[in-house]
Amino acid sequence: MRWWDRCTMTFRALFGRSAAGARLDDELGFHLDKQIAENIAAGMNVEAARYAAVRSFGNPALLREQTRASWSWGWLESLLHDVRYSVRTLWRAPGFSVMAIVVMALGIGANVALFTVVRGVLLKPLAFREPGQLFTLYEADSHHKGHNGNLPVAFGSFTAWQSATRSTVEMAAVSPWQDYNVSAEGGKLPEKVDVAWCSWNFFSELGVTPALGRDFTEAEDGPGAAATVVLTNSFWMRRYSGDPGIIGKSIWLDAKPYTVIGVLPPSFVFSSAFGGNTLQIWLPVKHEAPPSLLTTFEHHEFLVIARLSHGVTLPMLVDQLAALQKQIQISHAKPAVHDGATGHSMLDDSVENYKTPLYALLAATGCVLLIACMNVASLLVARTAARGKELAIRSALGGGMLRLMRERLMESLLLSAGGGALGLMLAWGALQWLARARGDMNRVEAIHIDGVVAAFTLGVIAFSALFSGLVAAFSSGGKRLLATLQESSRVHSGGTARAGLRRFLLVLQVGLTVVLLVGAGLLLKSFQRLRSSDVGVPVDNVLTMHVSLPEARYKEPVQQVAFLEQLIERVRAVPGVQAAGLASVAPGEGWNGDHAMTVVEHPPLRSNEVPDLLVRGAEPGYFAAIQLPLLRGRIFTRDERLERAHVVVISQSAARVLFPNEDPIGKHLRTTTEDTVFEVVGVVGDTLWNVNAPMMPTLYWPLYGNGYSVATIVVRATHDVESLALPVQKVVSQLDPDLPVSDVMTLREAIGKTTVDSEFDSLLVLAFAVIALLLAAAGLYGVLAYLVTQRTNEIGIRIALGAQRESVLRLMLADGLQPALIGLVVGLVASAVVVREIRSMLYDTEPLDPGVFAAVAAMLLAVAALACIVPAWRASRLNPMQALRME
Amino acid sequence: MGKPNDLVQGTLDLLILKTLRPEAMHGWAIAKRIQQISGEVLQVQQGSLYPALHRLEQQGWIRGKWQESETGRQAKFYALTAAGRKQLEAETANWNRLSAAINLIVSEA
Repeated sequence: MRWWDRCTMTFRALFGRSAAGARLDDELGFHLDKQIAENIAAGMNVEAARYAAVRSFGNPALLREQTRASWSWGWLESLLHDVRYSVRTLWRAPGFSVMAIVVMALGIGANVALFTVVRGVLLKPLAFREPGQLFTLYEADSHHKGHNGNLPVAFGSFTAWQSATRSTVEMAAVSPWQDYNVSAEGGKLPEKVDVAWCSWNFFSELGVTPALGRDFTEAEDGPGAAATVVLTNSFWMRRYSGDPGIIGKSIWLDAKPYTVIGVLPPSFVFSSAFGGNTLQIWLPVKHEAPPSLLTTFEHHEFLVIARLSHGVTLPMLVDQLAALQKQIQISHAKPAVHDGATGHSMLDDSVENYKTPLYALLAATGCVLLIACMNVASLLVARTAARGKELAIRSALGGGMLRLMRERLMESLLLSAGGGALGLMLAWGALQWLARARGDMNRVEAIHIDGVVAAFTLGVIAFSALFSGLVAAFSSGGKRLLATLQESSRVHSGGTARAGLRRFLLVLQVGLTVVLLVGAGLLLKSFQRLRSSDVGVPVDNVLTMHVSLPEARYKEPVQQVAFLEQLIERVRAVPGVQAAGLASVAPGEGWNGDHAMTVVEHPPLRSNEVPDLLVRGAEPGYFAAIQLPLLRGRIFTRDERLERAHVVVISQSAARVLFPNEDPIGKHLRTTTEDTVFEVVGVVGDTLWNVNAPMMPTLYWPLYGNGYSVATIVVRATHDVESLALPVQKVVSQLDPDLPVSDVMTLREAIGKTTVDSEFDSLLVLAFAVIALLLAAAGLYGVLAYLVTQRTNEIGIRIALGAQRESVLRLMLADGLQPALIGLVVGLVASAVVVREIRSMLYDTEPLDPGVFAAVAAMLLAVAALACIVPAWRASRLNPMQALRME
Repeated sequence: MGKPNDLVQGTLDLLILKTLRPEAMHGWAIAKRIQQISGEVLQVQQGSLYPALHRLEQQGWIRGKWQESETGRQAKFYALTAAGRKQLEAETANWNRLSAAINLIVSEA
């Protein structure tokens, strides 16, 4: 009961303060009356009795204070008092308060948003059982580096790795690059979906239990087994409206029936350095892959996901596998067999590509926050200076140093808290936008505002409050009490000392701004380069779309070729189509396969010197449709198809690599894997396979007859090519209503998709840099305006004594520009160091690009001059009489 | 004459608790009672009494209740709670130990 009594007491004391105060007055009044009554009884007259009683009573206000202090909420009361006082002072300067809160909100909001992204994407563990034990393994090769040195794994190597480490490591192979056609059924449209093949133990290794049904059994992961499929939750919800009756039913993939055995939980998302978050369907690998793929060491189609037993470390495993792979390379000495292995944690693997950009963005927002804090600190210092007299008087009357400091801190805490609340809203909005704008980013689904983010927000608020509050508090140095009290309008040194601190903050601010501007400038320049980089063909007014023929319906190459030929003839007949062609992939749209090639007429090369060429299938009309120039020889003829398809056209750079100083026409190439020989008939221009990546030598062979069941339709028009999308799709569905058309977009859009990272990063950093520049300009303006007010009298005297207005203007400008100049130098030096860190984000741009540095310097000086000119001009226009009269 | 300032910290609490043991009373009566019983040696000043009463009330050792006083006017009467009774015993024992020890030293010379 006692704690209950205490609680009710405490709460009554807290919430019934005024009532409690009145009761206390009653109680003390009763005591006083008793004393008076006693005094009267002792023989005094009424007046004297009252005086005596009051005298003995002491100071009633003090007594009340002391008693109230015993109501355990004393500290809160004085805190509330501080809050009330601070709110009132801030309220009295609404312009200042709104400005400070908005500045803080920008700083805090940007940081919270970026932190949320970094935490969700980079730091949060994957949603699998014991995710720390999961690793992604790749092959590596001492001769070529591929994607960050990570080369996909051949199934033969996987099998060897798996059996060598069976006792300590659980391994599963995943091939996330497959796609299948889902047939039209029950009124639904046919569609092409991204599919992964996986080992049967993949889901149990990750610790993922299907939400419905079950995952694969070992028996189902084999060539003779019944066809089974596991659906992702989103695909099940989207296409089958979450119908639980789907388990046991058949769906048609590439015109073959598959039994649905399970549906994955909504939380399951697979992502890797090679993509994967768009996967919709999972199939057992050994049932799907052709038998040759399952034994070869030369076709690299898989990632290996390994769960390490406790006690096994990644370096140990990688050493063992690298040695094993070296053995494999020696015993199968073919150019496409790699001689090493490598691996990363599964988390690192899926977010590797985002690490540098995200940390760079986080650093940028950190700079913005620091600048915001400095700005608010600088504003607070100015206010403290303006209230110097008030503070001095309060100290003189006994106001404690700590107490006064607490008030400063309370002010900055209120500003930061207001900014934080607003900032959190900004961050929420920014994250909503981000989730929509960057759906392509791995793990974007893991980004949420949660408890940790809330704690981070509070931390940032506390940091900002302490930083700006303490700077302001220490600048109000109580030591010069007397000096401040004596300071009159005729003494003019007072303000400058404090402006010194603000100048120092300003130098830092300008420095940070310069770093941000340089970073933004470099990223923008790199993005510009990327946008204007030439893929090798005119990209305007070209439409591309993908079709893929299910092998079950188009079994024979003859059928496939007949269909594709009929298709492209009909597309060419669509009104508005200027030219149309078929290829396996259009320029700038991706890697799409490569082959090591040797020249038959040349002496054999050592296996690691055999050049690797990108390989594309093309139909004769493609070169004209995409406007790829023919440089030598000829392109394929219409009858070079099927068994007569052993002719190739090579790109200019391939000609340089394979046939230095000789005529390639009429020479022969041999693939190292299948041992087929092709005759070179022509040379065409170079194209980029990815605008972010260096050009690769490329080879084209006939699409008709080299085993292509997928094709990209390329349509060129003179104008409005987008309007042709529907008519062309209609042509496809007239030919085969079950055939889905996917990735319908213009070539410019397709290329834009690969530059979205760069665009996103450069625009965000630019936004932060602009905010920083505005803040720095505001800071410059504020400091100079303050100095001018402080020196109004001095300037008045100067002008009265005959100083030229121009020289006053020059004096004030120099005063304001000095910190900007120092900051600029500091910032440029700092940038030169910092930009090395973002080298990997730059395309065709040197980190120390002199143009960017010069442009930033010029822009900063211009903005600084603009910010300073207003107060300086005002100073030079002062009316001396008015200035001297001003107190 | 003992001034409140001379009272050992905590002693006032003991005096109040002891005074309230037989019956509930208001502040004025408590001060008077302490004065009478101590033979006018101890005079409790209002400046110490009321903060002490409110502190004890916060601690839960006494409970205040507004009642009609002997003159018919409303006054706040303080009564000992069960916890207060325990506290009184503890403080009395403590005081006895302390004063006995001090006595030993003082009477030595």
